[in-house]
Amino acid sequence: MNLLIILISSMLVNNFVLSRFLGICPFLGVSKRTDTAMGMGLAVIFVITISSAFTYMIYTFLLVPLHVEYLYNIAFILVIAALVQMLEMVIQKVSPTLYSALGVYLPLITTNCAVLGVAVLNMQEGYNLIESVVNGFAASAGFALGITLFAGVRERIADNRILRAMEGFPIAMISAGLMAIAFFGFKGLI
Amino acid sequence: MEILTPFLLLAGLGILLGLAIGLVAKRFEVPQDPKFTQIRESLPGANCGGCGYAGCDAYAKAVLEGKAPLTSCVVGGEPVSRTIAGIMGVEQDTFEKKVAFVMCSGDTSHAQDKMRYDGVQHCLEASMVPGSGPKSCPYGCVGFGTCVTACKFDAIHVENRLAHVDEDKCVGCGACAAVCPKNIIKIIPKSMKVRVQCSGQDRGRDVRLVCEAGCLGCTLCVRTCPEKAIYMEGNVARIDPSKCVACGACIAKCPAKVIHMVGAESETAAD
Repeated sequence: MNLLIILISSMLVNNFVLSRFLGICPFLGVSKRTDTAMGMGLAVIFVITISSAFTYMIYTFLLVPLHVEYLYNIAFILVIAALVQMLEMVIQKVSPTLYSALGVYLPLITTNCAVLGVAVLNMQEGYNLIESVVNGFAASAGFALGITLFAGVRERIADNRILRAMEGFPIAMISAGLMAIAFFGFKGLI
Repeated sequence: MEILTPFLLLAGLGILLGLAIGLVAKRFEVPQDPKFTQIRESLPGANCGGCGYAGCDAYAKAVLEGKAPLTSCVVGGEPVSRTIAGIMGVEQDTFEKKVAFVMCSGDTSHAQDKMRYDGVQHCLEASMVPGSGPKSCPYGCVGFGTCVTACKFDAIHVENRLAHVDEDKCVGCGACAAVCPKNIIKIIPKSMKVRVQCSGQDRGRDVRLVCEAGCLGCTLCVRTCPEKAIYMEGNVARIDPSKCVACGACIAKCPAKVIHMVGAESETAAD
């Protein structure tokens, strides 16, 4: 039950992009087309889920026993970056299909704040290993959901005539804001 | 101790992860086609995009997959295409060197300014002022050198407010043609010797008013040409390079002296 609450809360209620404002850069940067947005979302799910497990272990078995918890930011970034590098190489060898599907997005999100954000939140909430992984998966799935929906919105906008001064980023920002308000409606779920 | 522990921890973590990455890289190394490396190395690496691909890497990949012609690299030209052909083990396609050509003769001595322009010194900005730019001819070279900025090979220069192409340096990548707001730069085969150096679509009398060197659209060259290689594109003569034999009959007849033969003669004609 607890896991279900974490899942829904991280995916919808406290959506990473629309409620916590993490990972805004890829959210606006790669949301012009639905297929690239989905690729990005997939890569984010992949990286965050795995990295939340690893950062949990680093924190619990390395930082806490040595009483250097304050190092978590540096340690997490280090681990995540290295992890993504290794993952990329392994995927390239093991599954070329997945590798080409994730494409350039995999190395791009190495230092994304959403990835670090999940790790830090897991730590602050005091989640155990399973809860951390579930929370990581839910948060990144929320990101994927948000970016895919947003790309759909932007594709529609691109086909329409809009005010010259509003073209491009201004209208994207406004749509993102409206989407955030819509997601605000999930607040009543829990 | 308070300093040593975090230092050792992070250093150790970094070294450990570095080693792990190295091991993984060795273990999961994906063997690349040796041909790809060879082709990539034989390319100039300018990443100019003149071949129509995103860069040298993308072109090498396309060549390997048999999707791209071996002669697309405009920078490397014939030697490179021969090397690639050797790597791929096929006969080399015939290579035709291409160059950019500015279809305008209106430098300051031929075309006057119709206004004093103090705006942004950029062709696109200047061509958007009412009257299509400061020059008297609305079709001609604006002369602020947007093409010069675009050129990665230092092959195009503006003299007397008219762009000139240095054909020895030009690789025909088309970067200048893409940025020219007047669309007067064309990529043509270098072997094309006789060229009409004008893009104006005005009628004869109007051309005379704005430029001393413009094509009048009199069609005299079309009638003169023994090979029927000249045709009219609106009000300006154009030469079909596949038919032209460079006999020079049109050059002699042209009343506006706007048809030039490339080589020693073009230098005198430009003066």
